[in-house]
Amino acid sequence: MSLATAELRRLTKRRFVRWLVAGTMAVMVAIAAGFFLSNEKVGPRQIAEAKVAAEREYQDTVRQAEQERRNCELAPGTNGYPADCTQLTPPQPQDFPLDWYLPSSFVFKSDFGAVITTFAAIFVLLGFVVGASYVGAEWSSGSMMNLLLWRPRRLQVLATKLGVLLGAMTALSAVVAVLWTLTFVVIARLRGTTDGMTAGGWRSTALTEVRAIVLILLGAAIGFGLASLGRHTAVALGVAAGVVVVLQFGLYLVLSNADVPYSEIWLLPVWAFAWMSKEVKLENYNSCNYSGVNGCVPDSLTLTWPMAGALWAVIFIVIVGAAMWTMRNRDVA
Amino acid sequence: MTAVLEIEGLRKSYRSRKGVRRALDGFDMVVEAGQVHGFLGPNGSGKTTTLRTLLGLIKPNGGRMAILGRELPAHLPDVAGQVGAIVESPQFFLPFTARDTLSLLADAGGVDRRRIDEVLELVGLRDRAKDRVKTYSLGMKQRLAVASALLKNPKLLILDEPANGLDPGGIREMRSLMRTLSESGMTVVLSSHILGEIQLICDSVTIISAGRRVAAGSVAEVLATHRSAAVRVRVEPGVDLLAVAELLRSAGAPQVTPAEDHVMVGGVERPAWITWVLAQHEVWVSELAPVAVDLESVFLELTGTAPVRGESRQVDETTAASGGWGR
Repeated sequence: MSLATAELRRLTKRRFVRWLVAGTMAVMVAIAAGFFLSNEKVGPRQIAEAKVAAEREYQDTVRQAEQERRNCELAPGTNGYPADCTQLTPPQPQDFPLDWYLPSSFVFKSDFGAVITTFAAIFVLLGFVVGASYVGAEWSSGSMMNLLLWRPRRLQVLATKLGVLLGAMTALSAVVAVLWTLTFVVIARLRGTTDGMTAGGWRSTALTEVRAIVLILLGAAIGFGLASLGRHTAVALGVAAGVVVVLQFGLYLVLSNADVPYSEIWLLPVWAFAWMSKEVKLENYNSCNYSGVNGCVPDSLTLTWPMAGALWAVIFIVIVGAAMWTMRNRDVA
Repeated sequence: MTAVLEIEGLRKSYRSRKGVRRALDGFDMVVEAGQVHGFLGPNGSGKTTTLRTLLGLIKPNGGRMAILGRELPAHLPDVAGQVGAIVESPQFFLPFTARDTLSLLADAGGVDRRRIDEVLELVGLRDRAKDRVKTYSLGMKQRLAVASALLKNPKLLILDEPANGLDPGGIREMRSLMRTLSESGMTVVLSSHILGEIQLICDSVTIISAGRRVAAGSVAEVLATHRSAAVRVRVEPGVDLLAVAELLRSAGAPQVTPAEDHVMVGGVERPAWITWVLAQHEVWVSELAPVAVDLESVFLELTGTAPVRGESRQVDETTAASGGWGR
């Protein structure tokens, strides 16, 4: 227990971690402010203004269509006009739905899912960098060696550090998730609506946030594991950059150029999206399942959140397991 | 006396593309309780590998180790609280202050935080304890490293080059500290290249070369075993020293080395014989003095690391060079 307390003090005492958390919080505040400023509540005034705008655009388009028809009748079949000018049909009022002219308004029920994903993405990055630097700086500064002179049980030391990191990230993420939700409830009330949020809707929101926190912890554990394997923060950051360049861009480009079906499965963000939004449907546009009713329907592959969870579990076990194995067996030189 | 530290036949090899390097090749060492024990060896001889292996940082390929009667590495966690150590250069997380560094270690090891002030006072860092370690000189970092090793109030203190970066006053303070700690009952193992210091501080020494022990015992014993029978001979001014050397050689002296203002003669049982030989040729001796041996000359002789004019010695070149790179 004394080791866990010391490690929590060590983690929270580091200025890099404090600045990183502060910077992340500033980004979150900026995002929330952006949502607040770019949305507004829809009332009778906004609806009336939207109706006027829609009608004005409809009338403008009708005049343009009439002008086009007259030009066509002067020289049918030329200048890109059809030989039969009656084919130029005038616009209809329903082509200008009112929604298009309403100001952007934050609808909590439909919009908050993407906002949670944004929170998860930012905090995964935070967790990765904090996890990597926490153990990487320990190795590169020699502090890990000093600690092992006091606590020679290496696995216990590394596991305690990982536990403290994950515990701290869970606490921080949970608090921020609650604040994030409350902030957007306020934004929805002031600049949109919370209509339609039933008990089931809130439960679903809470579960999405739990999945976001799991993803954040995974990012922290991967950063920690990679830096522990390489015994330097830069190794984790280098591997992350390598994965992005080689796997995410390079391999995906090669496979998609070769028309390999579902090449998106190599993109980790697709799996993250499947995890967050419960499922992602990939389609193979080179295939055609013809039916008289629907025409050509492409083959599809649905990635579900349990599938994504299994992938994350494998990645976690491989990286953290390898870090533990090397901690136990490799000399501390 | 009880042995606080025992090492028998310790072996450690490193594999690389160049082959297998035997860093420790059946090394033995014993340190008795309450002693200040010098651990000497040239660069690359296996000193730090020995200390790291002892402290559980490196896994040995074979051999036996024990600290305070407990077998290692199996019982290292049981004795770690009684062993304070610094290995090689002091390494700390530089943005933390000295007090933070020590308090984190104290927390991790379950040591009372009041001990922090005691050790900071002891190593002379009391007034700089709130400064970040990155503002420290090498000597101050060294003091902090010693403070961290003393924090546990250990029974066995292992210090690898503790005088590195210390100013002359700091070296003297460190010497005095070692003595005080030893008198309080603490056993100190001191690895250093400053052999004059070792000779002054230590009760006993172990000398390692190419991963093997080449000498061990009290400082007096090691010096006595390797006392040379060399005699420095000076004659009256104006006499050709080369001719004197030739006279002694032809009379049967086994080792004669002329120097700028004297001649060194070795392997002669009775120094008076030199006076007699030279007097027969009317050369009158003005000084006939046995040469005192010191730890440095014994060290250089045992490890074969004495500099030779015109030659550059490589790190692994010693008299027992079998511990170097090989296949």
